[in-house]
Amino acid sequence: MARRLHASRTEGVDKNVWVEFTKLAADYKAVNLGQGFPDFSPPKFVQEAFCSAVSGGPLMHQYTRAFGHPPLVKNMAKFFSRVVGHEIDPFEDILVTVGAYQALFSAFQALIDEGDEVIIVEPFFDCYQPMVKMAGGKAVYVPLRPVYKTEELQMIADLCIKHDMLCISDEVYEWLTYDGAKHVKIASLPGMWERTITIGSGGKTFSATGWKVGWAISSGHIIKHMKIIHQNTVYHCATAAQEAVAQGFEREYEVFGTPESYFKQLPAMLQHKRNKLASCLQSVGLQPIMPEGGYFMIADISSSTGEELYDFRFVKWLTKEKGLATIPVSAFYSPEHGKEFDKYIRFCFV
Amino acid sequence: MNTARHVLNCSKFARHSANINCTRKFYTSQHLKMSRHTHSKRIEGLDKNVWVAFTSLAADPSVVNLGQGFPDIPPPSYVKEALAKAACVDRMNQYTRGFGHPSLVKALSQVYGKVCGRQIDPLKEVLVTVGGYGSLFSTMQGLVEEGDEVIIIEPFFDCYVPMVRMAGAKPVLIPLRLKPGKRQTITSADWFLDPDELSSKFNSKTKAIIINTPNNPIGKVFTRDELQVIADLCIKHDTLCFSDEVYEWLIYRGHHHIKIATLPGMWDRTITIGSAGKTFSVTGWKLGWSVGPEHLIKHLQTVMQNTLYTCPTPLQEAVAQGLLLNFELMGQSECYFSSLAEELEGKRDRMAAILQEVGMTPVIPEGGYFMLVDVTSLNQDLSHMDDDEAYDYKFVKWMIKEKKLAAIPVTAFVGDESKKQFEKYIRLCFIKQDSTLDAAEEILKNWSKI
Repeated sequence: MARRLHASRTEGVDKNVWVEFTKLAADYKAVNLGQGFPDFSPPKFVQEAFCSAVSGGPLMHQYTRAFGHPPLVKNMAKFFSRVVGHEIDPFEDILVTVGAYQALFSAFQALIDEGDEVIIVEPFFDCYQPMVKMAGGKAVYVPLRPVYKTEELQMIADLCIKHDMLCISDEVYEWLTYDGAKHVKIASLPGMWERTITIGSGGKTFSATGWKVGWAISSGHIIKHMKIIHQNTVYHCATAAQEAVAQGFEREYEVFGTPESYFKQLPAMLQHKRNKLASCLQSVGLQPIMPEGGYFMIADISSSTGEELYDFRFVKWLTKEKGLATIPVSAFYSPEHGKEFDKYIRFCFV
Repeated sequence: MNTARHVLNCSKFARHSANINCTRKFYTSQHLKMSRHTHSKRIEGLDKNVWVAFTSLAADPSVVNLGQGFPDIPPPSYVKEALAKAACVDRMNQYTRGFGHPSLVKALSQVYGKVCGRQIDPLKEVLVTVGGYGSLFSTMQGLVEEGDEVIIIEPFFDCYVPMVRMAGAKPVLIPLRLKPGKRQTITSADWFLDPDELSSKFNSKTKAIIINTPNNPIGKVFTRDELQVIADLCIKHDTLCFSDEVYEWLIYRGHHHIKIATLPGMWDRTITIGSAGKTFSVTGWKLGWSVGPEHLIKHLQTVMQNTLYTCPTPLQEAVAQGLLLNFELMGQSECYFSSLAEELEGKRDRMAAILQEVGMTPVIPEGGYFMLVDVTSLNQDLSHMDDDEAYDYKFVKWMIKEKKLAAIPVTAFVGDESKKQFEKYIRLCFIKQDSTLDAAEEILKNWSKI
C-alpha cells in the first residue's frame, strides 16, 4: 500500500513500558517484581463467586446491561455511598469498564478536546500521558507527594473549584494504606462530587487483575458522556466477572470495618511484605523509599552517563544478568523530567 | 460552605478503620454545578443507540425477546468447564499478555492459518479485543481519521457509523438492493450491491470499506464474485478492507463463507474480525479478535495498549481450549463450528414457516442468526403513534406492548436516505431455545385474534 495507513492519533504513543519489560521478564524467565499484579490468588469468597457465576444460568454467559451488570452497580452504589457520604445512583452515577484503564480512557475521550490542558502529577501511572495525547489534550506536569493528606487534597479541591476544573481521581489502590495512613476521597470534599470522576478497580480491590473489571463513579451529568464513549468502544463488559465482583462487594459491605474484611486483611498482609522487601533491599545497599500505600516501592540506585536513561539500562541488566525484573521509574515521568529521576527502580511487593 | 457534622451508621466500625470518611456529611450545593464543561466534540451526535432504547423495553419478563442478538441456548459445556478450571489457577486470575493471551493467539493462528491457507504469526498478526465490537473500535481508531471516507454497506451493524464518526471520518453509505421481480420465497441472496453504484462511492479520500459477511441483519453471505468486485475496487483505489466476519461459522447448506483476505492482493490490506461470543454462544464473555498483516495490526495494538491494555485472562484461556478442541474436529460433524449451524438451520426454517403462515414475508438468511421480516402485508395502522419515528420503530414498540413480542427495527441499521427502503422490515433473532420459539409461535398464530 502506497498511502500512509495509521491514524495520526497513534503517533508518539506506540512505545509502552509494559510491552517492553513484560516481554523481557518472560524472555529471561526472571523473578518478576516488575508489573503490578499479585502472585497469590484472590480471596476465596470472590473466587467461589466467580466459579458459581460460571456455572450459573445461561444468562451468565450472555450480554448484560452495557453500562454495568445490575447486581454489581447496585452493590457498588450501596457500598460507596456509605464511604463517600453521598447518595450514589447505581444507574446514573456509575459506569463499569474493562479495568480502571478503560475508565481512564473513557474519561479522557468523553471530556478532553484538542487544546484542553490536563494537569498530571508526577510520577504518574504511565498511561495518563498517551491517553491525554490521544484525546488531543496537552499535559502539564506537576510533582507532588503521594498518599495525599486531607490538607493537600483540599488545596487541589480549592483550585478545581476556583478554576472550574474537573478532577480525575485514580484510586485503584484505595484499600492499600499502611501504618495507619488514611485514604481520603477527594469526591467527598465540599463542592467536589459534581466535578470529580473517581476511578476504581476490581482487579486491585480483590487481587484479581486478570478479570479486568473497573469503574468510574461521578455525578450523572458527567457519567452520561462517558457512557457515550463506552457504547461506541466496547459497549459491554464480561458478565461473569462482574457478577463475581458484585458478590465481593456484597460480602464486604456486611463485614466492613471488622477483622474479616478483606480490605483490612490485605493491607495488613502487604504491610508485612513491604517491610520484608525493604530490609532485603537495605541489606544489599539499596535505598528503598517506604510507601504509605499501594503495591510498589522505589529504590535509589547510583547514577552514571549514557544515552538510554540509566534506570532503563539498569533494569535490563538486572533482568538479563541477575534474573530479577523490575520497572524503571523514569517511565512514570514526562520526557522533560525523566532524566531527574533515572536513578530509581520500582519493585512490586504483592 | 454548607457542611454539617453528622455521624452516619458507623458506630459499629472501629475507629482505626482507615478508609471510611463517615464523620461528616456534605451537602451538595446546586450553585457549584459545573458551568463550562461539556462533553468533547468527538461524541457530538453519538448519543442515540438502538440497544439502549429497546433492551429495556424487551427486558419485561412477559415479553418474548427475539430482539437483541444473543442466544438463550446454553454454550457448549466444555467451554464453561474450561473457564471454571482456568479460574482455579492462580496465575489465570492475573494480567496476561496485552495483545492476547499466548495460548489464545496461538490457537487463533492455528485455526485461521488452516482456514486461510497461510502461516499466521500469533504475536504480530493477531490482536485479542473486547468482543468483535472492540476490534471494530481498535481498527477505526488505529487506521481512520479526519479527512478519511469509509464506505459502509446498508443495512449495517449499527455501531459502524458512530465509530467512523468518532474517528473523525465521513461514512459513505451504499444500500443492498432487492432484485426486482416476484418470487415465492425471498432469501438474502436476492439482495445485491450494484457494482456501478459501488464504484461511484470510491474516491481518493476513501480509506476503507467495511464489509460484514454473513451480514447482520439481512443474513447475506457474499459470494466469491461479489467479494472480487469489492477487492478489485480496493486494489484499484488502494483502500483498506475491514471485514466483520463474526458470524463466519453460521453458514447454512448450499453456501460457503469466503474470506476476502484470501483473495489475491487482499491479505495486505484487510483486517478480519472474529468473535468468541458468536463462535461459542458466549456473548457475555466479550472476546473477539482482529487478524491481519503486521503493518496494520501493529496500529491496532497501539490503540489497545492505550485504551484498555489487556483482556480478561481466564476467559481467554477458556476460549483457547475451545478453539483447540474444535480445531481437531474441523470438517467433522461434531465440530461446534458446523454443529451449531446445523442446529440453527432447523430453527431458521421453523421461524420462516411460522411467519409465512401468518402472512408476513421473511427474508430467508443464508447465514447468521437473524431474519428480516417484511410486515407490509399486515397493514398495521400506527397513525396514533409518534409521527417523528420511522414505521418499523413504531411497529416494534407497538408489537412489544400489544403482542408481547420483541424485535429490532431495521432502520436502526441504515442511514436517513435509505430509511424509506427499509422501514417495513423488522429483525428477528432465532438463536433461541425451543420454548422461546414455541412462545413466539403462539403469539404469531394468534396475531389476528384480539
